[in-house]
Amino acid sequence: MDNKYDAIVVGAGHNGLVCSALLARAGKKVLVLEANEQVGGAAVTREFTEGYSVSACAHLLYQLQPEVRKDLKLVTRLASEDMTTIALSEDGKHLRLKAGSVEGVSENDAEQYRAFHKRMTRFSDLLRKFFNKPPPRLGTKNFKDLMTLGQLGLDLRMLGKEEMQEFLRLIGMNIHDEVTERFEHPLLKGAICLDAVLGTHLGPRSPNTILTYLYRLAGDHGRTSVPAGGMGSVSNELAHAARSAGVTIRTATPVKRIVISNGRATGVDTEAGEHFESLMVISNADPKTTVMKLIGAKHAETGFARRVSHLRAKGNAAKLHLALDGLPTIEGLSKKDYAERIIIAPTEHYVERAFNPAKYGESSPNPVIEITFPSFRDETLAPSGKHVMSAIVQYAPYDLKGAWTAAAKAEFLKVILSTLAKYMPDIEQHITASELLTPADIESEFHMSGGHWHHAELTLDQFLFVRPVNGAAQYRLPIEGVYLCGAGAHPGGGVSGAAGRNAARAILSREK
Amino acid sequence: MTTVRDPVHQGRLKTPFFPRVEQLDFLNEWHEWKGYSSPNALYCGDLEYFAIRNGTGVFDISPMTKYRITGPDAMEYLNRLVTRDMAKIKAGRVAYAVWCDDQGQVIDDGTIFHLREGEYRLCSQERHFAWLQAATIGFDVSIVHETERVAALAVQGPTSFSILNAMGIKGLDQLKPFGLMHVDFQGVEMMVSRTGFTADLGYELWIEPSKALDLWDALFKAGELYKIRAIGTHALELARIEAGYLAPYTEFLPADETVRTGRSRSPLELGLEWLVDFKKPNFNGRRALAEEKRRGSTWQLVKLDIAGNKPAHSSYIYAKEKGKKKEIGFITSAAWSPVCKQNIALGTVRAPHGKPGDELWVEVYYQREMHWNRTMAKAMVVDKPFWFPPRRGATPPGPY
Amino acid sequence: MKTYDAIVVGAGHNGLTNAAFLAKAGLDVVCVEKNDYIGGATVSRNLYKDWWYSNCSYVCSLLRPEIYRSLELHKHGLQVTPYGGSVQFMQNGDYYGGYHDDEVAYREMARFSRHDADAYKSYSADVMRQCRFIRDFLLSTPPDPTSFKPKDLMELARIGGKFMDMGEDRMHETIRFWTMSVADYLGEYFETDVIKTALSGSGIIGTALGIHSPGTAYVLLHHYMGEVDGNAGSWGFARGGTGAVAKAIAGAFQAAGGEIRTEAGVAQIIVKNGKTVGVALDNGDEIHADIVVSAMDVKRTFLTCMDKNDLPEKFHRRVENFKIRGSSGKVNIALDGLPTFPALPEGSSLYHSDMHFIDSMERMERAYDDWKDGTWSKDPYIDMLIPTLSDPTMAPPGKHFMSCFVQYCPHQIEGRAWTADEKEAFGKTVINQIANYSPDFKDLILHAEIRTPQDIEAEIGITEGNIFHGELTMDQLLFNRPIPGYAQYRGPVGGLYMCGSSTHPGGGIMAAPGANAAREILSDLKRPNTVPENFGDD
Repeated sequence: MDNKYDAIVVGAGHNGLVCSALLARAGKKVLVLEANEQVGGAAVTREFTEGYSVSACAHLLYQLQPEVRKDLKLVTRLASEDMTTIALSEDGKHLRLKAGSVEGVSENDAEQYRAFHKRMTRFSDLLRKFFNKPPPRLGTKNFKDLMTLGQLGLDLRMLGKEEMQEFLRLIGMNIHDEVTERFEHPLLKGAICLDAVLGTHLGPRSPNTILTYLYRLAGDHGRTSVPAGGMGSVSNELAHAARSAGVTIRTATPVKRIVISNGRATGVDTEAGEHFESLMVISNADPKTTVMKLIGAKHAETGFARRVSHLRAKGNAAKLHLALDGLPTIEGLSKKDYAERIIIAPTEHYVERAFNPAKYGESSPNPVIEITFPSFRDETLAPSGKHVMSAIVQYAPYDLKGAWTAAAKAEFLKVILSTLAKYMPDIEQHITASELLTPADIESEFHMSGGHWHHAELTLDQFLFVRPVNGAAQYRLPIEGVYLCGAGAHPGGGVSGAAGRNAARAILSREK
Repeated sequence: MTTVRDPVHQGRLKTPFFPRVEQLDFLNEWHEWKGYSSPNALYCGDLEYFAIRNGTGVFDISPMTKYRITGPDAMEYLNRLVTRDMAKIKAGRVAYAVWCDDQGQVIDDGTIFHLREGEYRLCSQERHFAWLQAATIGFDVSIVHETERVAALAVQGPTSFSILNAMGIKGLDQLKPFGLMHVDFQGVEMMVSRTGFTADLGYELWIEPSKALDLWDALFKAGELYKIRAIGTHALELARIEAGYLAPYTEFLPADETVRTGRSRSPLELGLEWLVDFKKPNFNGRRALAEEKRRGSTWQLVKLDIAGNKPAHSSYIYAKEKGKKKEIGFITSAAWSPVCKQNIALGTVRAPHGKPGDELWVEVYYQREMHWNRTMAKAMVVDKPFWFPPRRGATPPGPY
Repeated sequence: MKTYDAIVVGAGHNGLTNAAFLAKAGLDVVCVEKNDYIGGATVSRNLYKDWWYSNCSYVCSLLRPEIYRSLELHKHGLQVTPYGGSVQFMQNGDYYGGYHDDEVAYREMARFSRHDADAYKSYSADVMRQCRFIRDFLLSTPPDPTSFKPKDLMELARIGGKFMDMGEDRMHETIRFWTMSVADYLGEYFETDVIKTALSGSGIIGTALGIHSPGTAYVLLHHYMGEVDGNAGSWGFARGGTGAVAKAIAGAFQAAGGEIRTEAGVAQIIVKNGKTVGVALDNGDEIHADIVVSAMDVKRTFLTCMDKNDLPEKFHRRVENFKIRGSSGKVNIALDGLPTFPALPEGSSLYHSDMHFIDSMERMERAYDDWKDGTWSKDPYIDMLIPTLSDPTMAPPGKHFMSCFVQYCPHQIEGRAWTADEKEAFGKTVINQIANYSPDFKDLILHAEIRTPQDIEAEIGITEGNIFHGELTMDQLLFNRPIPGYAQYRGPVGGLYMCGSSTHPGGGIMAAPGANAAREILSDLKRPNTVPENFGDD
């Protein structure tokens, strides 16, 4: 068997698949090695209890970049599309948010929200431009880098004087100040804060949360959808595109190490003892796993290894899957509302207080929750008449004091269920099975350090030119032949395919 | 409950040899060295210098920073840390080495003693535990700071071999430069290395602090007939400049402590290319140094033989370009060499200036009876140390 | 009524500095002050016979030496005496001391961790590099990044050039430094909790942020700025209390022919035909001048002392959104004698130091959580000093004055005014925390003054009683300070200028905003500049 490839991609997450497909299209012989049985990484659908399936990690699609769709000609079939966000209120007076409009608030709030959304989407479009190209290097005289940098400055100026001022002001700000300046309704403030902090180790008052909010919008302006068959369908589609382009994908083939000989990558060894040769190894794994585990810090220089070890990637998002024998009652919701995105984040203070304990390695006594019932529109996921609930629950810090023991998990599950019960009094009666994935579980199942969605915290000090760390922001590690293509690289996580696409482009343009 | 603890020592610390050094001190001229009191000179700096070149000078180097490096990956660890190939340094040998940051800028230089198979001591002027610790990521190695656990003396000069022989140390005749051996001293183990900072025949003795005074006494007793003298920094500094050795904070700054851009130096710029082994696949600074080698360095360290007899302290260095003298650098260390009868200096100049044989000028300021005078002195770039006598390398060493 | 060339509103250190440089250029300047004393928050007050309370600001490290020298403040009675070190009392009875002597400091740090002791040097170098980077911009007007004017473009290019000069790696480090939290930043150098805690305090002083909030690493610079010039004694007390700084600047102003009117609070800044023509005082008097310079914070200037109709609507809204957060209080205590701290050896130099009673990063951050919940920290971060150990003029012989800067302390309790009981309880919180480490302390208290942000606001007039006149977050720094498009000291109305700490480079007794504003005014008037240049790079 021929074990020689032009490129080996470690990990078949969405970014790895996108990257491999684009490389194969450029004529490369590409091998993708995936540790798990399925492709998709954190975008997978799997059974969690007999008869019930769920998108096991990411559960909503809102960031897949149009460029990726176009390049790979994706036509994802959606079960729910352009979902409304319903912000639950205990008294049943919920808010409904969709594309800049919000129902259930004062005229003034509604008007403010329209204006807010308009501005934010405009800024997110600007960010999106940055997201779809490799960040330029600073301090070089390289013409291409200078051009990209110049383009960044120009795009910024094209916003117009006033909007540019506002952009520069907002980019480092916290979402809490912005929402309290603009809005009155606590549910509206809570809902926006939740979107800004999901998947991060930040609270609404943390500077940087405008950036994370914009990040969320920088795909589809915040429109969320659920693919038919769960997130795994997207991954399967990407895998199909990759295979059609000639990529070989091997699942259930965990990589043990990236082989470095004489200072450069020459291939990979698998856990099973196989060896594949390639002078280009592209890691879809997070930067810490890539450098510390797959490569081995000894093959890097000290400063670089130290930076990677300082990379902040502590996940706080837990994932809850419930098998339900029927839909729980939520006062004030109509039947079709169960197809929407439902959130529990009653006020901006609530979100902040949920975050507080996470700073000390404690889980939230009153967590914020993002809920979907994917089975509502997709019968393939649960037996007829039964349902699946998929929820993201924050904050469940990765480094919980005393660790995520079975008892700690059971305790946290109780907390979540009692929070849910405030809005869905009969929830517990409907539960036939449950699965709670803490960041520690997510780390071990999906192989991401700290169980962090973004592989590395999405803050300005780990962003753009310095993502993931100095000296590796152009997808290329300072170890010859090794590249990054995952969420830890620019621009970050979310099922967007941007990092994978940028990495492929950076690699191909370097070859020229 | 509140318990009173003694505050950390507030003044200067005393080395294990301090009581004896103090006994031999007439001048009471001390300076601070890494928190310890160290003598500038004990009775006369210039005469102390001649002990190094004519008899034996004994200098207390206990304040030198020492780390013990052990573990299965010790060699591999050091090999990634420093620029030279440590695989070639067998047990019983000592290596002079520099280590760099990722940008190829020198953090410090020092000596690495391969004490026993897989067991090393790194000895340097500055303290680097944080960096050494960071460098352990990915290696099975342990680093112990042992500065206070090891007392050390430099015993340097033509009669040093005879003195140690007279002390009863066996097998010393076979010890080559940069070799080390373990001997018994009054029931405890003492490490003897043929190393030093003087470019003369000389040894360094390393022992546990409790035996420090006994060692001193035995040494001075054996040395009675061989012109043994305790010396201070002034004498050693003269010898160092003659040897052309670098001193941190003088010829270079630790890169991680520089604030201004361009104030750090690479090994290539310090004339230490012979210490950089590009054949090693990975070491700190390798990528940057390879790039520097390709593009050329910014600075060049020079050894200068300067006309006249006025030491060129803190002088600017000039070169003739298109008939005009242009400032290209400055002197870092300067001295009148008593043994060479030469006006010598170390300096740093902009590359590509500073090649051996280059003729440069140095602007020397000197004061005579209050008035300042200035002279432009011709300076020749030399590539060999100013002082490098055959006795330094002779094995077995001659008797005196 | 007499017409002046310029009216400066507020006789704090920035107002006085501004007035002094204008007067030096030959302008006829009056500085009006609402209180019957000058200094604003840069003040020491004779609240009890023989006792001087520096009851707002308390140390002097940031005052730009260029200004000190240019105004010849030593001739007007200013003398700064250094104080030494710092101490962090620990719950286990131990303490962590910071010492002047490098080697002693090293030994103390090494007692906790050799790693940290060795890391300190590269940490200092890295922070110092950032200090040097921004120092150059303190005494200059921030460029407008949206402008195409040659002056702005040149200044932007100068900043860009300085940045590029650092080289790729250090440029990246700079970006990180400006955006990180102080906790994360310190975490990259140090492993010992108490050492990180000791260093982290300067990252949050005067801000409504916690040590884990991104952007706080930058605030560290405010601590180091005093040291970057390498001038001995740059950290210290003004002899006679911080009020002596204001007095000296006032002396320079008066020597240049300026006039100060106290008990002359401004009710309104008068605008006619889009231009300012003077001010109306609280007593109904009017003073006229074509130039009005406000040293008050921007919220007070534009929201209280101006008519909304005189201001562009968007500007007004942005001023409303400008964040000035009351986040710290002061407790000033007169003592019958020197309290003892049994953890310290008798006669320890650390009595002369900055004392702190918090020993972990978690406690630091939890102190902030209380503030977010609308109350004062139950286990606060206190920066305590006994200035009378260095300056004998502040209290009767043998007695001592103790200054406690306390963070966090909100402007209001859960959105409403403080009650007297709460204020009392806040004072007790502080006294008890100190008493935990000094058993005889409580018995020595003669009198004390508890000042919440609400009190400081009521007395000095600063919005929310924040002596920095506005949060030091990225959205309010440099060209964003105070309002994007208005960062060059000119107000939105002709003849109106801002020179308080709400403007670049911000708060602390730095006097740079006052000086920078004077330079802009003089340039608009086409008068020769009297404001000194930066001493320049070395």
